[in-house]
Amino acid sequence: MISTYHAALLADSGILMLGALSVYIILATGQLSLGNAGFMGIGAYLASYLTVEAGLPLTLALVLSALAAGMVGIVIGFPALRLRGIYLAMATLGFGEMVRSFFLNFEPMGGAGGFSGMVHVSVGYIWLWAGGILVLVTLLERSRLWLEIRATHDDETAASLVGLNTTATKIGAFGFGAAVAAVAGGLFAHHHVYIEPANFGFDRSIELVLAVILGGSTVAPGALVGAVLLVLLPETLRFLADWRLAAFGTLLVLVLLVRRQGILDRGLFRALTFRRQAS
Amino acid sequence: MSTMPAPLLSLVDVTRTFGGVQALSGVSLDVAAGRITGVIGPNGAGKTTLFNVITGAYTPTAGEIYLDGARLTGLKPYQIARAGIARTFQNIRLFSSMSVWEHLLVAQRHDGSVFGRLLPAGLARSKAGREAEKALVFFGLEKVRDRPARELPYGTQRKVEMARALTANPRLLLLDEPIAGMSHEEADELRHLLMRLRADGLTILLIEHDMTFVMNLCDRIHVLDFGRQIAHGTPEAVRTDPAVLDAYLGADT
Ligand SMILES: Nc1ncnc2c1ncn2[C@@H]1O[C@H](COP(=O)(O)OP(=O)(O)OP(=O)(O)O)[C@@H](O)[C@H]1O
Ligand SMILES: [Mg+2]
Repeated sequence: MISTYHAALLADSGILMLGALSVYIILATGQLSLGNAGFMGIGAYLASYLTVEAGLPLTLALVLSALAAGMVGIVIGFPALRLRGIYLAMATLGFGEMVRSFFLNFEPMGGAGGFSGMVHVSVGYIWLWAGGILVLVTLLERSRLWLEIRATHDDETAASLVGLNTTATKIGAFGFGAAVAAVAGGLFAHHHVYIEPANFGFDRSIELVLAVILGGSTVAPGALVGAVLLVLLPETLRFLADWRLAAFGTLLVLVLLVRRQGILDRGLFRALTFRRQAS
Repeated sequence: MSTMPAPLLSLVDVTRTFGGVQALSGVSLDVAAGRITGVIGPNGAGKTTLFNVITGAYTPTAGEIYLDGARLTGLKPYQIARAGIARTFQNIRLFSSMSVWEHLLVAQRHDGSVFGRLLPAGLARSKAGREAEKALVFFGLEKVRDRPARELPYGTQRKVEMARALTANPRLLLLDEPIAGMSHEEADELRHLLMRLRADGLTILLIEHDMTFVMNLCDRIHVLDFGRQIAHGTPEAVRTDPAVLDAYLGADT
């Protein structure tokens, strides 16, 4: 058996990877969301309510939370169509803060005091979800639908002129991404068995984006690489004591300077899986 | 002259302005089904704008556009594309992350059902895979199948664009300066490919500056100048039209 220390690291990586995947899915259509901690928060609070107050089994609670957050994601996807780049980033950041301050004032679930009573889940259960969704997205990347997503990312105007409904693609990605973020949030809540609004602030959103950028923003398993690094690096740099965050920041800058697309990219992933280009 | 086939595409009094510029003013024209129709005119005449309003990239300021009798005006670009109009771009627009092969799958609508779209794209035995293979062979792109399309020579990129357009299985193909950047041999080869497409019943509307190419290939030609249509007819008629000679001489001096 693995120690509780290592189990906690493993659980954190799984949850962070799901959060990173939620960013990746939206980013794949060319939209940068800095508000995914908001979707995570919705998932965390809703799933916790469903298991603790309504007595539902966790798996059902996670599915329902994902569907609900997916709906919110679709609603957010519409105004997002009108925004691009830095403006979209700021607007989604605003959305995340909106969600956080909602739960801050939402007394039925503890407000600033937080909410507890969830039953702790095993690392295995977390990775069943994390692995399952990672495999799903990785398989989806070989589909025709994903070609539409990449076309929308590369050149939206050209994509629409070859007959692709880029509006549906972009809104759908927001819905899908939000649903995955909600699963991450629900698992987070049932791993830590205590949640408070501050868990889902904008620093969390940044962490999710960071995992994608660092791990690789052009293939889904990049989220895995990024999440594991973000969880393990601060631990392995512990010997540097007070300097470890500085060292971590330096490493990050170096990686981005050397590999703008992140550590894992399409070429490397193909080489690692011994696969010819989509055929 | 009673042998003119029915028009596939009709523009009625189409106008498009940009601020004070009349890029198109009151252009009416019919594109005959199964023929190759040319659009010529000096730089800035409004040729690309014509393609942009037909495909919905720009909405016309006034006027109506019909495809086989159905009104296109007001439809979104992707709806117009699905109605059967495919195009290429004067300044090539290929997808930066995609290989040639992926370009031949992305525009296809054969596996358009929700579940079909979730399956791996372009498996060899699927309909989409076969269509892509056909376009690959037709344009002689087999050797660059898995190369990133944007890294290829200019002329090859133009072929990839045309192949992508054809995989959408259009009724009308719009080509904006298809031989720009091609060698003489490549251009000649393309001329034969376009004649084969015409023989298969495809309707083509093309913009081109190379007069020899246009005159040798097109069944009819429309001439634009400063957004107006100044002449149209057979290549022989257009070549000797005084208004056309005037426009070209005026532009050259
Ligand atoms: N998006 C736009 N905004 C403003 N003006 C435009 C726009 N598109 C075209 N124009 C103007 O409309 C006129 C026609 O341009 P267009 O590109 O259609 O010409 P063209 O016949 O294709 O020329 P060329 O042979 O150089 O490609 C030009 O004066 C151009 O500046
Ligand atoms: Mg032009």
